[in-house]
Amino acid sequence: MKTIQEIQEDIIDEISIFDDWMDKYNYIIEIAKELPLIDEKFKTPQYIIDGCQSKVWINAELIDGKLMYTADSDAIISKGIIALLIKVMSGRVPSEVKDAELFFIEKIGLRENLSPNRANGLVSMIKQMKLFAIAYDAKNKLTSN
Amino acid sequence: MTTKPCTFDIEQIRADFPILKTVKYKRPLVYFDNGATTQKPQIVIDTLMEYYSTKNSNIHRAVHYMSQVCTHSYESVRKTVKQFINAAYEHEIVFTSGTTESINLVANSFGSRFVVEGDEILVSQLEHHSNIVPWQLMAERQNAKVVMWPMNDKGELRMDLLDGLLNEKTKLVCLNHVSNALGTINPVEEVIRIAHQKNIPVLVDGAQAIQHLKVDVQALDADFYAFSGHKIYGPTGIGVLYGKSKWLEAMPPYKGGGDMVKKVSFEKTTYADLPLKFEAGTANYIDAIALGEAINYIDKIGLEQIASYEHELLLYAEKQLKTIDGVRIFGTSDHKAATVSFTYKNTHPSDLGEMLDKFDIAVRTGSHCAQPLMAYFGIGGTVRMSMSFYNTKEEIDYFVASLKKVCSMLD
Repeated sequence: MKTIQEIQEDIIDEISIFDDWMDKYNYIIEIAKELPLIDEKFKTPQYIIDGCQSKVWINAELIDGKLMYTADSDAIISKGIIALLIKVMSGRVPSEVKDAELFFIEKIGLRENLSPNRANGLVSMIKQMKLFAIAYDAKNKLTSN
Repeated sequence: MTTKPCTFDIEQIRADFPILKTVKYKRPLVYFDNGATTQKPQIVIDTLMEYYSTKNSNIHRAVHYMSQVCTHSYESVRKTVKQFINAAYEHEIVFTSGTTESINLVANSFGSRFVVEGDEILVSQLEHHSNIVPWQLMAERQNAKVVMWPMNDKGELRMDLLDGLLNEKTKLVCLNHVSNALGTINPVEEVIRIAHQKNIPVLVDGAQAIQHLKVDVQALDADFYAFSGHKIYGPTGIGVLYGKSKWLEAMPPYKGGGDMVKKVSFEKTTYADLPLKFEAGTANYIDAIALGEAINYIDKIGLEQIASYEHELLLYAEKQLKTIDGVRIFGTSDHKAATVSFTYKNTHPSDLGEMLDKFDIAVRTGSHCAQPLMAYFGIGGTVRMSMSFYNTKEEIDYFVASLKKVCSMLD
């Protein structure tokens, strides 16, 4: 499996092919379709991310020691961005995700073009995803002791 | 000597607004977010530069030259505003930081003087949060109640309900002249007439009207009329509260500080006369002076001409938008300012707004600070294109063509 660093570099390479903004969005919209959807029963205020103009829900489970994220949004661009984040962070052990340095969003030029609402939302999304990793990591340490 | 012909020269007008030439991606900005703030003509920008570069000095009280220049300019804007909205007296014009502060001033001062436990404030469902929340805060303090005046499916106030909503407990009616979210022009003159029959005063939020319609506060017989400078091509941070003398005289000061006092002692302080009673601290005099220039600029073109040109833009934009299958327009009153609020199928407004941005088009998306109104329609938000007299049909064509591309991507 590729490292978090490598997979981010892959995404940057893929998007950098597009000069035109609409091609970038098409890519994001296509990626959005690959998003592992959150179970409808988790679409509650408890799983919603603050700071987004659109609604975003994220959940994570630990399966065979690996973090598996699911999510959804009522806006397609947000959905695409989460799908990218999940591509980078899902299927890894919590300790790897918790310390991950995420740089691809800035590099693909999305961050500077994100409206402040969504930029705040992005920070919250990443924070929530890492919180899941921290929580599962702590739980792991407790059970191994 | 020949008189200059009075024509509406769109090219000249556009040339007066330097920001319309800026290019972020591919073409000059198409600015359809005038409901949020309007762009500034060169004269406003130059005035700010001129005063900060060569004339700045704090107003009132000082005897030196520059202070007197600024004091004179500041006070002459009061006269400009008085004439612009046809107030009876200059002292009925209070400078504030904007519509929000104007409304908060009334909510605080009028509230503490005239509203007691069990009283009601009637607030329309079409309001911006800034004409809801100050009343809720006041109602909490005074143990009073905010009563909602409902609208219909077209986004018009239910006039048939008004009489029944006004009773002996109603202390004030609050509504906007033009809805920020939908563009509806409310029949404020009629509302005021009906409320006055029961001796109930009316506060009008004019933030979205002052730049589009000729406002005559005496003809309307409004008790309070609030607006923001930045929405009428002036700077941010300056606004106006018009209030009838009889109310302003009776209301206690809202903020304490310099400029609003006659005599201060630890035993007893007396307050300045109107309007300074409500202008504590150093006034935002330079922005006020620039606002005066913005009003002069608008006055020169003429609000009647502006209104008729913007109405043409509105009809054209609505007609063009309706050619897109799946576009749903919210706010379908026959009386509207040049604002079109819409959704496309079940796509999220922020997706449309973000992609339109890449076509150099600025629109606003979301609830437009009018969540109760959005809740009425059962939606989270809309895309709002709010136009101004510097916009053109060509821009609308480009907007609709771009929107079609975006919509096809989201299908």
